[in-house]
Amino acid sequence: MEIPVSWLKEYVDIDVPVELLAEKMTVAGLEVGAITYLGVPQGFVEGIRWPVSEHLVWDREKIVLGAIREVQPHPNADRLVIALVDYGGAELEATVTGAPNLFPYKGVGPLQSPLWTPFAKEGAEVWDGHSEVRKRMILKEKPLRGIPNRCMVCSEYELGISDEHEGILLMQQQPTNTVTGQPAAPGTPLQDVLGDIILTVELTPNLARCFSVLGVAREVAALLDKPLRQPSHEVLMEGAGIAGEVEIEIREPELNPRFTLMLLRGTTIQPSPEWLQRRLKLVGQRPINNIVDVTNYITFEIGQPLHAFDYDKLKARAGSATPTIITRLPTPGETLETLDEVQRTLEPHNILVCDRAGVLSMGGIIGGAETEISDTTTNVLLEAANWNFINIRRSMQSQKVFTDAGTRFSRGVHPSQALLGVQRGIELMRQFGGGQVAQGVVDVYPLPAPTVQVDLRVAEVERILGMSFSAAECAALLRRLSFGVDVEGDVLHVTVPDYRMDISSDPITGQADLIEEIARVHGYNQIPATIIADMMPAQRANVELEREELARDVMVALGLRETISYRLTTPEREAMLTPGANSTSHETYVELANPLMAERSALRHTLLISLLESAVANARYTTQQQLFEIGNVYLKREGEALPDEPRRLGILITGPRRVESWQQDESNTPVDFYDLKGVVDGLLRGLHIGGVSYARSTHPSLHPGRSAQVLLNGRALGDFGELHPLVAQNFELNGGAPLLVAEFDLDALLERVEPNYGVLPLPTTPPVYQDIALVVGEETTAAAVEATIIKAGGNMLKGARLFDVYRGEPIPAGHKSLAYSLVYQADDRTLTDGEVAKVHQKIVKTCERELGAKLRA
Amino acid sequence: MLEQLEKLYQDAMAELEAVTSSEALREWDSRTLGQKGAVTLLLRGIGGLPKEERADFGKRANEVKLALAEAFAARETLVREHELARDLEEGQIDVTLPGRGRAVGGLHPSTQTLRELYHIWADMGFQVYRSRDVESDEMNFTLLNIPEHHPARDMWDTFHTTTPGVILRTHTSPGQVRAMRELGGDGSQPIRVILPGMCYRYEQVTTRSEMQFHQLEGLAIGRNIRMSDLKGTVTEFARRMFGANAAVRFRASYFPFTEPSMEIDVECFLCGGSGCRVCKYAGWLEIAGAGMVHPTVLRNGGYDPSQWSGFAFGMGPERMAMLKHGITDIRYFWGNDLRFLEQF
Repeated sequence: MEIPVSWLKEYVDIDVPVELLAEKMTVAGLEVGAITYLGVPQGFVEGIRWPVSEHLVWDREKIVLGAIREVQPHPNADRLVIALVDYGGAELEATVTGAPNLFPYKGVGPLQSPLWTPFAKEGAEVWDGHSEVRKRMILKEKPLRGIPNRCMVCSEYELGISDEHEGILLMQQQPTNTVTGQPAAPGTPLQDVLGDIILTVELTPNLARCFSVLGVAREVAALLDKPLRQPSHEVLMEGAGIAGEVEIEIREPELNPRFTLMLLRGTTIQPSPEWLQRRLKLVGQRPINNIVDVTNYITFEIGQPLHAFDYDKLKARAGSATPTIITRLPTPGETLETLDEVQRTLEPHNILVCDRAGVLSMGGIIGGAETEISDTTTNVLLEAANWNFINIRRSMQSQKVFTDAGTRFSRGVHPSQALLGVQRGIELMRQFGGGQVAQGVVDVYPLPAPTVQVDLRVAEVERILGMSFSAAECAALLRRLSFGVDVEGDVLHVTVPDYRMDISSDPITGQADLIEEIARVHGYNQIPATIIADMMPAQRANVELEREELARDVMVALGLRETISYRLTTPEREAMLTPGANSTSHETYVELANPLMAERSALRHTLLISLLESAVANARYTTQQQLFEIGNVYLKREGEALPDEPRRLGILITGPRRVESWQQDESNTPVDFYDLKGVVDGLLRGLHIGGVSYARSTHPSLHPGRSAQVLLNGRALGDFGELHPLVAQNFELNGGAPLLVAEFDLDALLERVEPNYGVLPLPTTPPVYQDIALVVGEETTAAAVEATIIKAGGNMLKGARLFDVYRGEPIPAGHKSLAYSLVYQADDRTLTDGEVAKVHQKIVKTCERELGAKLRA
Repeated sequence: MLEQLEKLYQDAMAELEAVTSSEALREWDSRTLGQKGAVTLLLRGIGGLPKEERADFGKRANEVKLALAEAFAARETLVREHELARDLEEGQIDVTLPGRGRAVGGLHPSTQTLRELYHIWADMGFQVYRSRDVESDEMNFTLLNIPEHHPARDMWDTFHTTTPGVILRTHTSPGQVRAMRELGGDGSQPIRVILPGMCYRYEQVTTRSEMQFHQLEGLAIGRNIRMSDLKGTVTEFARRMFGANAAVRFRASYFPFTEPSMEIDVECFLCGGSGCRVCKYAGWLEIAGAGMVHPTVLRNGGYDPSQWSGFAFGMGPERMAMLKHGITDIRYFWGNDLRFLEQF
């Protein structure tokens, strides 16, 4: 919310620099997001930092208030006029301008009452109104079409007040000197007339009470410990009573706890006073006429939205009966055309203001077109009502209409404000438009809000804040915020001001609410910083997380780079992982009801979709990728609202096995299945998971011939292998090096981690190395050969490492040669040649017998 | 024969004098002293000598052999020293050529930041408690003192799922209630945990805001946990995370699940508080939201708020990483561009 400091000062004296005030407000929870300066210089306070403002400062000598006494035609140009300006000097200054809003006064002779305007003298700095980009300029003497000219009457743009540059800033009434409070004479520095500072206050939802200048003033008064000046609610009522002129019928007191009306007879619709128009502009409102402006003004001044009806239109609708305002819920299919020219179909919870003839407005949110104020209105019926904030918020969201009134009601306005608002509003309307206010208020208040009282034990303040306060200190701090406080020993009986709807009547919560207020007004920075003295809870390890982090460390040690992806994708995109899938099942997905974008509408089922997305992005500039990701996937469960969220580990490697180098002797061979298997082996070794076996994989995303499933005690831990060529094609990743991918059930994997794995002693006897090359049929797997060797080798064989696979001459077709390096070693002695030869022979014989292998010559 | 021997000796010595490389040395050794070398061959001819000459010849031959071997050893030392000196002198390479690249793995910056946070908080007795991403509306809002249709809900733009009442968590705070219910022993046990996790918001993705981000929440519950403890604990944290001189500021703010509530700022560690682009010339960086656990939330977690109290705070690991490393675009985090990841 925008708070002009000039307006704020009407209710509270501010004797500190605005920058310091902004800091105090920010620390107390009224965050000042920006300070905007109009013409006045920025202040600098030791220890407080604000961004340096680049605004225009109005020179006190050279930019002053001017009074245009006469507008003469320009002798040589139809599009220019000469304004004779009184700027406090000895003579009027003839100033050439093209401002269209002076043309109505051209050639009418001396004006009866002058037009007030900002006047910039030679040498003054203003924003250049003729430049396309924002740029400063210094006024210089320059004849315009033959007429000497050295000064300028200014537009709002040229002064940095707004972007308005159609005409110059004109005031019909003499403005006030804000320093003296007297009418400002020509020549008064413009800073003292229109200079201002605007605070942009970011209001959190609990600060509904600050949604007005008065509301912010209350807080400022408390923070500066200054008295608050309340605006007057007195009304001069002269006319006949309102009784019998209008009636109110509230059908839903829960949704509309209070409704008040006052009547102003015989008023005139005309522009509002200059000062009020300016205030409205400063808070972003467009002045319209004195009646509408007052409804807006009161909304921004005290936070109570008002609504003005043309009373005669209501009367016409009522016919011979007394006009009756009825607040109710809509009948099915009921519609209303609102002031924003939208024809709305009303929803069952939209509370309405109606009369017997139909709907008048959406209560608390927006008026209807039919009974609005027009230029010919003379009798104004003014409404100030109160609405249930939750229902207003719901209605604004369902009707997608967001108004200043609705925003305030949706945060919460106390019913007491309605009476104050209607009184102050009708009085200002009378002052600005004339007429007579009918005696009395029609006030229907079926559901009076109880006064909230909370007992606060002083010990409770220390229990929560960790700082001790006396009862008197607590009372003084609360009184600064206008709480009523009776101290009785160590208990404070606190009466909550009605506008403080954020203070709960619940005894415990209410105390917490008051303790926050004490801390806030005292200052959070005054509360000490202590070390927790409370008992340390039982310490517990998070084994799941620790093992997950171990898996990350192992993957990094293997040279892979961790990715973290969006967990949102689409079922259609995941279907691209299955070649030939022509239907997509949405039922198994957690889908968003309100996706932000079409391509992120459902939570993923697999990490492969995430890794492929990263691979596609990186493929634009690199061929080598070695990625892994650890994260959840989301699987809907039958009969359960919340999905299963298992953890997965995904791997993707592709491109050259080695990092490219300036030396040409390095291999550029792309990675293949066995590179990925090396990563998988490394992972299992790093996690100390032994005893796995590999089987052919049936994973639909993988190449059926070059993929494997990892099994442990018959349970599948995951699949890995070359990405199916058709899947690669779906992601436009075909044509380059193959992509190798893996996905593991991380929960299952990490369950098998043996934290207390054993370590073998180092051997003290020498090993004997011997190689063996066996020729076997293609159908015989390496795993089978290795298992046979190890079985036959018994205790003495300590290791068998495959070091060569050979096909071709002189090996017969359909066969291959597998060469192993064998390590023989006894634990307790040095082996003799004879012992080694015996075991070696046994291995050869066993392989020949069981595998049909032949020793390669 | 003896003359032959003497000539061989003279020639071999002369040749050895001319040897300057290990290779020539080996060649000389094999030619002269090897199994098929000249000395060996000559010695084999000893049988052809008259018996009486054999002893003298044999003696002299052994002397020659020994002398040659000694000379060889001396020469070898000399040649080795020479060669080593030459290698050290001449074997220079261009050390400015790039090193041969190795595939280096690395953790995602969010993981790195989370781990840093885990370590610091573990030192202060806070352990990790994790909870689910897909949450019930009740856990995410209602039990945290945010009733349906309450204006406070405007603080979170929420992704709803097609299952009514099921949403993607907008913050890690639902974990507070879960932790209290799971670890609190029906409101009888103190708690000190941090709750990291991925959160989701219906927010336009820009350089400054993301629809998905990590949060790390902290929760301390006890019979004597006070706002001063919150201040002290977070100040200690800030010193560990941002440097021993980090100044911390506490500002009043609002969260429905804490009271008093506050925003926590740390003095900008990039400019030392004098004002820069990162801190938007304010000198302060917002690092966490925090407060004393609201009595309603304590109740919902099974604790009696007149006997128990607690504090909670929440911070954003990605935001911290951005501040620390001057990252200007939050979208880098889930883009997984290797040119970004490889800088960590």
